[in-house]
Amino acid sequence: MDTILQQLVNGLSLGSIYALLALGYTMVYGIIKLINFAHGDIYMVGAFWGYYVINQLHFNFWLALISAMIFCGLFGVLVEWLAYRPLRNSPRIAALITAIGVSFLLENGMAYLFTSNVRSFPQVMHVVRYHLGGVSISNIQLLILVVSIVLMVLLQLIVRKTKMGKAMRAVSVDPEAAQLIGINIDHTISFTFALGSALAGAAGVMIGLYYNSIDPLMGMTPGIKAFVAAVLGGIGLIPGAAIGGFVIGLLETIMQALGFSAFKDAAVYAVLIIILLIKPAGILGKKIKEKV
Amino acid sequence: MSLLKVEDLSVNYGVIQAVKGVNFEVNEGEIVSLIGANGAGKTTILKTISGILKPAGGKIYYEDREIQSEKSEKIVLGGISQVPEGRHIFPGLTVMENLQMGAFLRKDKAALKNDYDAVFSRFPVLSERKNQDAATLSGGEQQMLAMGRALMAKPKLILLDEPSMGLAPIFINEIFDIIKEIQKQGTTVLLIEQNASKALSIADRGYVLATGNILMTGTGEELLANEDVQKAYLGG
Repeated sequence: MDTILQQLVNGLSLGSIYALLALGYTMVYGIIKLINFAHGDIYMVGAFWGYYVINQLHFNFWLALISAMIFCGLFGVLVEWLAYRPLRNSPRIAALITAIGVSFLLENGMAYLFTSNVRSFPQVMHVVRYHLGGVSISNIQLLILVVSIVLMVLLQLIVRKTKMGKAMRAVSVDPEAAQLIGINIDHTISFTFALGSALAGAAGVMIGLYYNSIDPLMGMTPGIKAFVAAVLGGIGLIPGAAIGGFVIGLLETIMQALGFSAFKDAAVYAVLIIILLIKPAGILGKKIKEKV
Repeated sequence: MSLLKVEDLSVNYGVIQAVKGVNFEVNEGEIVSLIGANGAGKTTILKTISGILKPAGGKIYYEDREIQSEKSEKIVLGGISQVPEGRHIFPGLTVMENLQMGAFLRKDKAALKNDYDAVFSRFPVLSERKNQDAATLSGGEQQMLAMGRALMAKPKLILLDEPSMGLAPIFINEIFDIIKEIQKQGTTVLLIEQNASKALSIADRGYVLATGNILMTGTGEELLANEDVQKAYLGG
């Protein structure tokens, strides 16, 4: 029983990282129907930003987190502007391949600039472990969980209540009608990239703190898993991405607890295959109804 | 004074030349109807006025400035809003949120409340369903929402693309009454319709469009009485 609870705790904190990343995938897909394969690399950039500002500028955790979110938000907007906007009217496959190219560019560019060595992330926070019965939970795990949930609630508020959030939803369901009432599509897309990339930046800093190591390729696997999480929850649906992230995180830790550590990645991809076969629209996805 | 003047407009849709040198104008305070069969280029013209499509040639003057190369955002800001064919309300957003999107570019926050009230009193059904997902509305209600949304931009000129399409007859009459009301309250209307008899009967002037060309023009009454128009578009 304790092991199950323990894995639940571990799974939730890992899952919240996937959820933060999956939100970026899903929002970008929702608005321009692009699977932004470079999204995992934004998370890597966020981790490196955290590494430098903590080491060089002696930022504390919160400053590092917030500055990484701002930096990554701007960086995401820049990537969209340079790489995807010129392809706005090209076939979707062109943008998709470009996204893979951007991903390679970021990974190798960072390896060139900072070497591909694995670095240990500065521990800005003293690790404290709490023991509740047989379950051990660290302050960092709690922090990840709480920060992620707060960010997700904030995102939900932005998307539901603010003018730009509503415009985002309007553009994602009907870009042409949105244009006809004066919504600027490009600004709305930039806003979406900023939000998604800021969440990835936050995830990068938190994962650095949690796993204590970062490298230029660290975004690859989590990026793909977060993509699986987004598809699992229903791509384009914000609550779906959050649920998908937690499910993937839990799945991984459960596989580990059962002694199948070597197969935890395979299990995630197996879930992707199963979901595509059984419920391609995802957990929360509905079949698209069209009203004429 | 002409509010909108379209001069020698041609527009390509892919490889097809959908609009071939069209001229017409809309004067302030008028209802002008463009009628014509499917594929005559009506929707293409409206999309070009709204800045969604760029013309291959010709000019569009609005309040005496050229707008054919302006962005759609600027055109809406200038006072032209459109109700697209098939309504295109935003599903997943509530009725109220749809209306708020119509006011996206408005800076005069103080006046907004009055304008929401005006839309709700014109379309009471929208007021009842304010917090409902717009996708749950019937076709006629969606048409009203689309019109309400366009009116929230406070247009001087409203472009209506097939507002009666797919609606029950009882709604069709209501929609045309509302169009008259909109005109009375000072908004100029450019109306596109396949329902030519209805469109011409409320229009001050009309233009008949076929395969990208203007064939005929006249007052609404003249066109309604014209034999060729009757044969081709009024089932007479």
